[in-house]
Amino acid sequence: MTGPEAVAPDYAVNPCKVCAPLGASLAFKGVAGAVPLLHGAQGCATYIRRYLISHFREPVDIASSSFDEMAAVFGGRASLTRALDNVAASYAPELIGVATTCLSETIGDDVKDILRGYQPAAGDTSARVQVSTPSYRGTHLDGYYATVLALVQALAEGGPALDLVNLFPGIVCPEDLRWLLRAARAFGLEPCLLPDYSDTLDGGQWAEYVRLPPGGTPLARIRESGRARGSVELGWSQAGRETAGRYLNREFGLHCESMGLPMGIEATDRFLAVLARISGRPVPAELEAERARLLDAYVDAHKILAGQRAVVFGDEDTAIALALFLAEIGVAPVLVASGGTGALAASAVSAYPQLKGFDAAFLPDTDFARLGEAAKQAEPTLLVGHSKGAKLARELDLPLVRLGFPVHDRFGAGRMSSLGYAGSHRLFDDVVNSILAHRQAKSSVGYFYF
Amino acid sequence: MLDNAIDNLLDDRKGQVLETAPGAPVALRCETRSAAGSVSQRACVFCGSRVVLYPIADALHLVHGPAGCAAYTWDIRGALSSGPALHRHSFTTDLRETDVIYGGAAKLEQALRALIASHDPKAAFVYSTCIVGLIGDDVDAVCRRVAADCGIPVIPVDSEGFKGTKKDGYKAACDALGKLIGTSGDPGVPPAPARSVAGINILGEFNLAGEAWLIRDTYARMGVPVVATLTGDARVDTVRRAHTARFNVVQCSGSMLGLAAMMEEKYGQPYRRVSYFGLEDMAQALYDVADLFAGADPGMPARAAALVGAEMARVLPLLEPFRRDLQGARAAIYVGGAFKAHSLIKALRHLGMGTVLVGSQTGNKEDYQRLQQLCDPGTIILDDANPAELSRFVLEKRADLLIGGVKERPIAYKLGLAFCDHNHERKIPLAGFEGMVNFAREVHGSVTSPVWKFSARRHA
Repeated sequence: MTGPEAVAPDYAVNPCKVCAPLGASLAFKGVAGAVPLLHGAQGCATYIRRYLISHFREPVDIASSSFDEMAAVFGGRASLTRALDNVAASYAPELIGVATTCLSETIGDDVKDILRGYQPAAGDTSARVQVSTPSYRGTHLDGYYATVLALVQALAEGGPALDLVNLFPGIVCPEDLRWLLRAARAFGLEPCLLPDYSDTLDGGQWAEYVRLPPGGTPLARIRESGRARGSVELGWSQAGRETAGRYLNREFGLHCESMGLPMGIEATDRFLAVLARISGRPVPAELEAERARLLDAYVDAHKILAGQRAVVFGDEDTAIALALFLAEIGVAPVLVASGGTGALAASAVSAYPQLKGFDAAFLPDTDFARLGEAAKQAEPTLLVGHSKGAKLARELDLPLVRLGFPVHDRFGAGRMSSLGYAGSHRLFDDVVNSILAHRQAKSSVGYFYF
Repeated sequence: MLDNAIDNLLDDRKGQVLETAPGAPVALRCETRSAAGSVSQRACVFCGSRVVLYPIADALHLVHGPAGCAAYTWDIRGALSSGPALHRHSFTTDLRETDVIYGGAAKLEQALRALIASHDPKAAFVYSTCIVGLIGDDVDAVCRRVAADCGIPVIPVDSEGFKGTKKDGYKAACDALGKLIGTSGDPGVPPAPARSVAGINILGEFNLAGEAWLIRDTYARMGVPVVATLTGDARVDTVRRAHTARFNVVQCSGSMLGLAAMMEEKYGQPYRRVSYFGLEDMAQALYDVADLFAGADPGMPARAAALVGAEMARVLPLLEPFRRDLQGARAAIYVGGAFKAHSLIKALRHLGMGTVLVGSQTGNKEDYQRLQQLCDPGTIILDDANPAELSRFVLEKRADLLIGGVKERPIAYKLGLAFCDHNHERKIPLAGFEGMVNFAREVHGSVTSPVWKFSARRHA
């Protein structure tokens, strides 16, 4: 196993990440009645909207304080105040989530102070939460987690315990969010799933114009998160950092369980064991049945997977979870790459003993140019990751199993699930069938059953 | 109800929306910065520069800033190249916190030298993003040094996102182009202002889905060579040679009119505004060029007329089946430049469709006056609209179709409207005579889809 500690490179060719304000916007979109507001130039909001819309194929309204030169010189207080007024007037939101950008951070705007001094118009009852997300610090995943933390810090309250479990997943698809809700409820626990964009970014048709799509974690639920029976954090990337779960542990004494994304049988078993412990109930029969079907699928297709070598890439949570999942089904993860650094640095990789024996190379803080070079060395038979790897897959003439964020070249990104037994089953079938489809297309014989 | 909707606009947006009425056009407020908090569909200065220069396929396009600005613009436009495709990569200095503290100039210089060595571009453009101006990097000095050492033009593009609107980005890009035009990089390029070629440049044509190729072919059939297309399928050397053309034609007037004016002054090249969308405007674009050359080539207007006649005879019957199904349907248009909107209104009329809403991100006063004259009374006209306004007005005006780009698409689909992508991501050429047939097929395929019978709004 290799894995150099990240040294920031001089430049990037075809980045394998986007910036923190995108993650903040996505997290705010998972709160009921929330409008994200980026404190910066107009382009940040527009580019991020375009990027998210192309993935979810849903409306994504993100406001901007539309910085101009005057604001850059004299500070953005007037722009931000005006923006808050206008967002409140056009959306009547329950929450305005203010995230900074490199511009507002660099000129040193004190957003906390601006919000403290803000006088809302009569009738504006919206809450306001701010998060610091300069684009030059971390990636979209870091901005996402920082926002979840900021929401909990701003809103969580203590009090008598409730039959509630806090679930803080990494960036996963709406279908996975729905599975997490279902899993918690199957144990008789009400979930505080934060964020929850399963409806706001994967909703139905509208009969008339609605200011904000329905769905999202209710503000009242976030307030209650301080009274839950415990928290479960899903994603390895934030190891050693302040998170919503650790904050609630310190502030309200809630037990916090940190684990990777529940992808594959082992990881899902571990997640459900935690829910069983918190709820005091056994794993429900319907989930056991899902597990049985998944295991059966593993066995049916195991010979197709023998000898397969995968390059995986995406945010750190997804890349690590994928590597562990592939190792579990008999596909060697030969290269695990991410544009982010958390959890993929050398000091962290020893945390994944399941990967021993695969000689997996770890490539943190990468762009697609270096990822491509490393992939050629690794001699893979397939790629698993988001759609920005499509060019590399084409160059290497290998199948790309699309998973993660973004998926800009296929439909149904909201339903490309991978969590729990059900999501793992969908992903498993996709991996197997992608290999078969590639073999079939390349075969001179033209087999029509496998 | 509609008056109500206009009354309910944000105060900051009043004056940028109107409903046409009989009589003289009214002045629409435009060319202002976007209202804070209004969820404008516009991007920023950087975006304007990036879209104009992006198609130059053998240049290095280095985005100096944090990785986001480059990542969001990685190969997102359908500008095709017939040869090299360096433009389809995304290069960035990927600035980190330490660079913001200590400055990014050294990193920029290292990146430029390394990338020029590894990719051998014919020129390099260095785009400044928001923070570059704030942290005080001397980008010009770095560019001068690297240009001197590497022997290629290294051109700074003053595109900090907050320093104006997308239009200011167009201007920064045109300034960058202006620095290349007329420079004799290779021995075959005569020095300015000698004009030896009886051809034209096409400005503001970006070869989306190969549209520039269609248009060049059409001009070639008339006997007019195209010297340079700015910037569709362009090379650094074709840009340099642009001063040798006899005339400029300017499409997408918002982005390149300034450059055309500069070239007229500097190189004596007169220009005409044209549009290649829709049958009338495409035909007019050919007639206008034929007129320009009529003095030197008296047969050209007749050749243009014959070409237009042949194309009309070929294309009109192809449109007929579409028109039968689309007759009476109502369209809403929201696009980047208002000049294109004029053409779309006329193109839609060929399909039997009226326009009930039309708006743009960057139109100017004259554009909006012409739109008012072109549209029927009761049409909504908007500058720099947002999703809330677009949603409300397409419903009020009972539009059946929305024409726009990626950000407008989900508005249409959520509300059960058909949609036609007429923006930079399009994969199907919509310009020229053939493009009109494609446009009709695109509109027809969406408007007549059976899925709408399930849409919530149509049942409400």
